Amino acid sequence: MGIDLPLLWALIIGFGVMMYVIMDGFDLGIGILYPFLPDKQDRDVAMNTVAPVWDGNETWLVLGGAGLFAAFPMVYSVVLTALYLPLIFMLLGLIFRGIAFEFRFKAREHERPIWDKAFIGGSLAATFFQGVVLGAFINGLPMENGVYTGGAFGWFAPFPLFTGVGLVFAYALLGSTWLLMKTEGPLQDRMRRLTYPLTWVMLALIAVISVWTPMAHPQIAERWFSFPNVFWFSPIPLLVVFCATLMLKGLKQGAQVAPFIYTLILIFLGYSGLAVSGWPHILPPDVTLWEAAAPPQSLGFTLVGALFIIPFILMYTALAYYVFRGKVRPEDGYH
Amino acid sequence: MSDALALDLARLQFAFTISFHIIFPAITIGLASYLAVLEGLWLYRKDTVYRDLYHFWSKVFAVNFGMGVVSGLVMAYQFGTNWSFFSEFAGSITGPLLTYEVLTAFFLEAGFLGIMLFGWNRVGPGLHFCSTVVVAIGTLISTFWILASNSWMQTPQGHEIIDGVVVPVNWFEVIFNPSFPYRLLHMSVAAFLATALFVGASAAWHLLRRRDNPAVKKMFSMAMWMLIVVAPIQALIGDAHGLNTLEHQPAKVAAMEGHWGGDEHMADEGVPMILFGWPDMEAETTRFAVEIPRLASLILTHSWDGTIAGLKDFPVEDRPNVPVVFWSFRVMVGLGLLMIALGAYALWQRGRGRLYDHPLLLRFALMMGPAGLIAILAGWYTTEVGRQPWVIYGLLRTADSVSPHPPGQLALSLSLFVLVYLFVFGAGIAYMLRLVRKGPVISEGEREAHGGPGQYRQPMRPLSAVEDDEGDAGHPQPHTRS
Ligand code: HDD
Ligand code: HEM
Ligand code: HEM
Repeated sequence: MGIDLPLLWALIIGFGVMMYVIMDGFDLGIGILYPFLPDKQDRDVAMNTVAPVWDGNETWLVLGGAGLFAAFPMVYSVVLTALYLPLIFMLLGLIFRGIAFEFRFKAREHERPIWDKAFIGGSLAATFFQGVVLGAFINGLPMENGVYTGGAFGWFAPFPLFTGVGLVFAYALLGSTWLLMKTEGPLQDRMRRLTYPLTWVMLALIAVISVWTPMAHPQIAERWFSFPNVFWFSPIPLLVVFCATLMLKGLKQGAQVAPFIYTLILIFLGYSGLAVSGWPHILPPDVTLWEAAAPPQSLGFTLVGALFIIPFILMYTALAYYVFRGKVRPEDGYH
Repeated sequence: MSDALALDLARLQFAFTISFHIIFPAITIGLASYLAVLEGLWLYRKDTVYRDLYHFWSKVFAVNFGMGVVSGLVMAYQFGTNWSFFSEFAGSITGPLLTYEVLTAFFLEAGFLGIMLFGWNRVGPGLHFCSTVVVAIGTLISTFWILASNSWMQTPQGHEIIDGVVVPVNWFEVIFNPSFPYRLLHMSVAAFLATALFVGASAAWHLLRRRDNPAVKKMFSMAMWMLIVVAPIQALIGDAHGLNTLEHQPAKVAAMEGHWGGDEHMADEGVPMILFGWPDMEAETTRFAVEIPRLASLILTHSWDGTIAGLKDFPVEDRPNVPVVFWSFRVMVGLGLLMIALGAYALWQRGRGRLYDHPLLLRFALMMGPAGLIAILAGWYTTEVGRQPWVIYGLLRTADSVSPHPPGQLALSLSLFVLVYLFVFGAGIAYMLRLVRKGPVISEGEREAHGGPGQYRQPMRPLSAVEDDEGDAGHPQPHTRS
């Protein structure tokens, strides 16, 4: 046998979801920050920083869904059925923000406010419900005989709602540091001022989640605080603090690119923290990766393609970002 | 009772969302290839008319693509949200095929779309052309995988059932299942036809208003060539597809023909072709039938008195909804014949030198604008409803694949989808038509500075008359005007 196919697949899906969180995170963050950019010109610039790449960013979400479907069909069907309403709301949100990119520039003057609102509302709804899905997933889905039994509103609980709000702030931070990097002038200044409070909120969120999850789930407490795990995992919180310090310092010194990089690292650390908590359950708290995996014929067939093709995807994605590198200015009309 | 209601709502939601989705990819597939051809011709012949057409259609393409993406995203999640038992049962096959579609097609399209739409002045002509071609190829790869998946559900093979779930044993057989080649060809050609009809109708609209410039004439001519070559081929592919279906899904063909069998006809009379009629599922007969004797035998068995299975040969619970299959099939074939007629008529007028100003031809072409999309929907209804009551033919019934949701939840999601889709896609289609109404602008490619980050765009150019009368703030002027 040799290769642990389910493990590899969990890593690929985890990688895809993380790429999604980071990349669509700053797209969605721009939508969330739109209310702070009342000026039409700033809104145009902000949107143009992502217009050429947003579709590729969103595709990582499709990969996450499809990969789950292929590698862990049982998880795909249970999770998507259990979290039906939040997922549908998320999809509807993504519809509104996705079409706003094109419609906003095609609309007549008096119609544009509609699509601005669609962009804001869509980004907010998509982000909030992604956070809800995440929280509900970590909380665990009650099941009997492989069928979800938590009811249509099982996700409507304090922790998922909290992670929903939390993700809104996390994406807003990604968005503000992205714009800090991609724009200049007053718009950039405004983003710099916004980044301070967002960084603090982000730290507070990480702290609350780090206390809440082990308190609510003894399993998670056990994972983190037993010896020698505590030794292995203690760098994670330390790195968080370290990064945040560097970030705040960089902001003061007028750095333009560094804050975005530090935000990426922060998000990555938070994400790894969650992975440590959940491991190796793919349906917390009971079902493990190996119990939920598709037959090896499916895993192997798809793995060959994934390992071969993902490097190419990363290469041409990099090409697209390279082509559209640099600052975006009001004069650059993409449309 | 509530289970049956939940099932109906889930089916309605799936049918509604996929019916919207398929419209956009069909135009995406066709336009992407059309744009690749236009850009190739521009680079090869240096005739600016091709570049102007490229700029014109790429805007329509951009709006359409956005709608294709967001409606497709919904589809990718609906297998799990609404068909959980199907997903558990067959995810080991449908999932990998969808994953391959994401890996080989969606990323490719998305990655190069930005360069194609926004990179005209940022990259050289070679890389730009490559991007357009890659996007076009991406749409066809996408078609390949999703139709492999659908065709496997129609004519499954290459699998075993172990512990109550499907396990793939031979991927080659799974992908190249018996109905796949026919469906792939038929659907790809359908997308090209639908696009040609849409382009042709847009040109006809301008020609009828005498707003003709070389670009409008060129696109009309190209569309009409496409029709006369491809529409007849589509009929041949469809015929072959039908014969294949007769072999693998005889109940579907019986429903398409409205043929009940039993003792209606003597054995040596052959099977008549019912042109029109009303299939009555209670009475098990097709009422008011207008028939041509023996024609169905001739087409389907290539013999004078061959017979095919009738609906009465199948138990009642294994029959699809006959009127829907019967009529959607006729809509598709009828429109297909009209497309051939339009192509032939245009060829004739071209011979007479009247291609661009024959009012009857132009009006016919205008009316046929949506025909391709309607035929595509009708074709899918035939295929999908004709497969019922199975979701995977012979393996899993639709009723056994639905997620256990309370009907209230489904009613809520369905109503939200209906509201949002009608509003959003309604507006999007209106924007597309508005762009079409502006028409291609001569020398647009020279004046339009497709700027990009780091490049100052040229000062605002004079607004052309056509844009002015729309009072439009968008394309192709700098939208940063305020
Ligand atoms: C990859 C699979 C796939 C693809 C490409 C399509 N479908 Fe489908 N369709 C299904 C997979 C499916 C399904 C999941 O298997 C359904 C859900 C319930 C069922 O019986 O089959 C279905 C049902 C279904 C129904 C309901 C049939 C009924 O309940 O009687 C309609 C009207 C359509 N589809 C229409 C379409 C259209 C217009 C498509 C054009 C793109 C299409 N389908 C593509
Ligand atoms: C239930 C079946 C289907 C599912 C789950 C599905 C899924 C999707 C998804 C997720 C996207 C968005 C990709 C992106 O983010 O870029 C998409 C787009 C697309 N789909 Fe579908 N699809 C289905 C049916 C079809 C069919 C039947 C065709 C054509 C034969 C098709 C052709 C395309 C194409 C060409 C695109 C890319 C272009 C565009 O977005 O307009 N799809 N689909
Ligand atoms: C004119 C003669 C035509 C014939 C004889 C024909 C025949 C068929 C048949 C028999 C099927 C059902 C296949 C099955 O599921 O078993 C089908 C499906 C379909 N048809 Fe046609 N067709 C014709 C024209 C067209 C045209 C003009 C279009 C669109 C522009 C079209 C689009 C479709 C589509 C999208 C499907 C569903 C996908 C598939 O199963 O291939 N057809 N056609």
